[in-house]
Amino acid sequence: MSKQTVVSTSSPDGQGPIRPYGDTTGDGMVQLSFTLPMKHSKVAEGAAAQLANKMGMDPALVVHAKQMGEDYTFFVVYGRVNHLVDPSVVEIVERDYPLLTPKEANAAIKRGLRRRLTVVGACIGSDAHTVGIDAILNVKGFAGEKGLEYYRELKVVNLGAQVSVPELVEQAREEKADAVLVSQVVTQRDAHLLNTREMSAAFRESYPPDKRPLLIVGGPRFDETMAVELGVDRVFSRGTTPGEVASFLVHRLAPAPEPQSTRKAS
Amino acid sequence: MATTTPRRTSRGKLDLDPATVRHARSLARKVGRPIVRIAQQHTTVSVERATLRLAGLEGADAEGTPWVNRLVDVVRADVGLEHGVALPVWDALRRAEGADLRELAEKASAGSVTFRLPEGQDEKRARSAAGKAVGAGIKRIDARRTERERLVKRIGDAPAKPWIYLIVATGDIYEDIPQAQAAAREGADVIAVIRSTGQSLLDFVPEGATREGFAGTYATQENFRLMRAALDETSRELGRYVRLTNYASGLCMPEIAALAGLERLDMMLNDSMYGILFRDINPIRTFVDQRFSRQVHARAGIIINTGEDNYLTTADAVEAAHTVTTSQLLNEYFAKEAGLEDWQLGLGHAFEIDPDVPDSFRLELAHAMLARDLFPAAPLKWMPPTRHMTGDVFRGYLLDGFFNLVGALTGQGILLVGMMTEAVVTPWLSDRDLALQNVRYVMNAAGNLHEDFRPQPGGFIASRARQVLAETIELLDTIADEPGSAPLLEAIADGTFGLMKRPADKGKGLEGVAKKARDYWNPASEMLEAGR
Repeated sequence: MSKQTVVSTSSPDGQGPIRPYGDTTGDGMVQLSFTLPMKHSKVAEGAAAQLANKMGMDPALVVHAKQMGEDYTFFVVYGRVNHLVDPSVVEIVERDYPLLTPKEANAAIKRGLRRRLTVVGACIGSDAHTVGIDAILNVKGFAGEKGLEYYRELKVVNLGAQVSVPELVEQAREEKADAVLVSQVVTQRDAHLLNTREMSAAFRESYPPDKRPLLIVGGPRFDETMAVELGVDRVFSRGTTPGEVASFLVHRLAPAPEPQSTRKAS
Repeated sequence: MATTTPRRTSRGKLDLDPATVRHARSLARKVGRPIVRIAQQHTTVSVERATLRLAGLEGADAEGTPWVNRLVDVVRADVGLEHGVALPVWDALRRAEGADLRELAEKASAGSVTFRLPEGQDEKRARSAAGKAVGAGIKRIDARRTERERLVKRIGDAPAKPWIYLIVATGDIYEDIPQAQAAAREGADVIAVIRSTGQSLLDFVPEGATREGFAGTYATQENFRLMRAALDETSRELGRYVRLTNYASGLCMPEIAALAGLERLDMMLNDSMYGILFRDINPIRTFVDQRFSRQVHARAGIIINTGEDNYLTTADAVEAAHTVTTSQLLNEYFAKEAGLEDWQLGLGHAFEIDPDVPDSFRLELAHAMLARDLFPAAPLKWMPPTRHMTGDVFRGYLLDGFFNLVGALTGQGILLVGMMTEAVVTPWLSDRDLALQNVRYVMNAAGNLHEDFRPQPGGFIASRARQVLAETIELLDTIADEPGSAPLLEAIADGTFGLMKRPADKGKGLEGVAKKARDYWNPASEMLEAGR
């Protein structure tokens, strides 16, 4: 179902464990800034150094301290950490599809589907926060990218907040949705996971496997590696832009016969 | 911060041709006038609800639906919206269907009142009663305006221009208050309380003090009152009047404008086309609501902030520069038509050019200077970079410094302080402190640089400004050439503004619009028109 790849990188540069780099290999130098809720004093600077020490910076140099208002002080700290990081055991979800501009996405849909691609979006459960789904769907968009509404070849139906799962399924059927986007922003006790499982189960029940719309969930608390476990085709996490979602839709629903875009999926 | 308003010759620093500027304005008038006519021919549920709010109808039922919504809905079902709700409502009060508006609304929503259109003597009496009740609201707005003028005089005004504009947005009014007070103590001259996501699409104004919102706090009358009272206290403590801003946009523009006037807010975001283009609100609904809300703002002495920065968050800031100028000219026309004066026009623009574009700073300066020279008496609202804030906070801090420098060089009236953590987190205490240091450094170091600075006649900056003005005239010409009685509506319908096609018969809130009948009467509109 989900073709996303969870990659364990095996030292891309054949590199072993490494340390942060200041100006000499292996020096482990990092910088850090933070605020403590106390007036500026020698004690405050000591407290800042203590925090840096506890975070593993040793020695820690408090290079700047400035009181803000009555009760807060801002610090900049430089120092050495002894930690090693091992790139060979890092797990990431690689984007396995090319990033397209709106123009390229429109062209691909026209070529691949010969009709507009219908996307139904909603916040399900008790979540009333449409900010996530709106950022992806509304023209206004997110991070300088226009939302899916802007794409000529996408028909966007935004159902808004607090949509029940049966309602979502019904609307998806009515609209003949090619894809269903579900956003979950504010959740308690892992309600986002529960809701998503309920949603994917409902779609599996009411559609034959080859007719089911593409299911996509997104929200800041999701883990991108959980798609299979949740029964959806893709999970998008914090910071996902409309362009990434549009590109994924094209990749799965209107795949190009050969690579059309010269832009690298870097 | 030692800045003064730049001294200007009559032709400004760019030496724009006065005939060209006049031509641009006359095109804006030509395009805008048919829209005003449409606005005059229609009313909306929100205009009628605002009228009832001016007459003092507050509160909501157990489900949270405001009484103004309940009452307008019943009147509309009985006699339609096209006559205005004032006559049917005050006629019912005179028939003793309710002791006051609140009781009438309660009874009406329980189904025990039937509204009618009064005639003859009944009409005369209803008219006079409605006029008195709504007039009391208008008088209260007038009194609030006088109160502001008195407070500014007694406490003292912001010490320098530009006014430093900071945002709070916790979702909880009781968290917003200490944050706003802290921001004022740190140097903010203007506090804006960002609204909760999605409020613009609610066809009612929530009621009471609210403690949950997302990415912002609901605009309610009680929240307005609480925040203004807190800032009055801080203003006295600091010896300068701290201004309060909110949003008159979305489906409830007229009501929010009325509430802002009643609670002495000082500035309101209010754009003529933002709701249409970015929120898919019906164009007619928007223009009707817009005109009424601007008339209220004019009366209340509120400074409006227009939303041209939004064009640049979705379109390229170099290519779309003329759409900003076009929108500023339209916003100016609609604002003045509604009775606003130059000092009330916080026309928006933004520093959004890709920093990788060669000469991006010179282009920014040209655009900002064009706005300054076109609208010499308007305060102008200068918006910081957002689109090219990448999460590299160090680079972002530098970009904000250059943004501040353009602000200093072009005498901006209102400067929204840019945060280096834009697009990363909602501003931390330290982000705000660093941002204010940035502003202070630039204003202190270069605040009077405009005295020495004049772009080379015929040079890069002057030529670029002229080019943008020429493109603006071209765009206004294209709009004016659209067919039909209201070319601007046609232009919006076929996507001239580059974003979306927004036809006049589509969009949210259309069902709340009614064409006025010949006997339409609204005491608020009457008084606001007469007050101009």
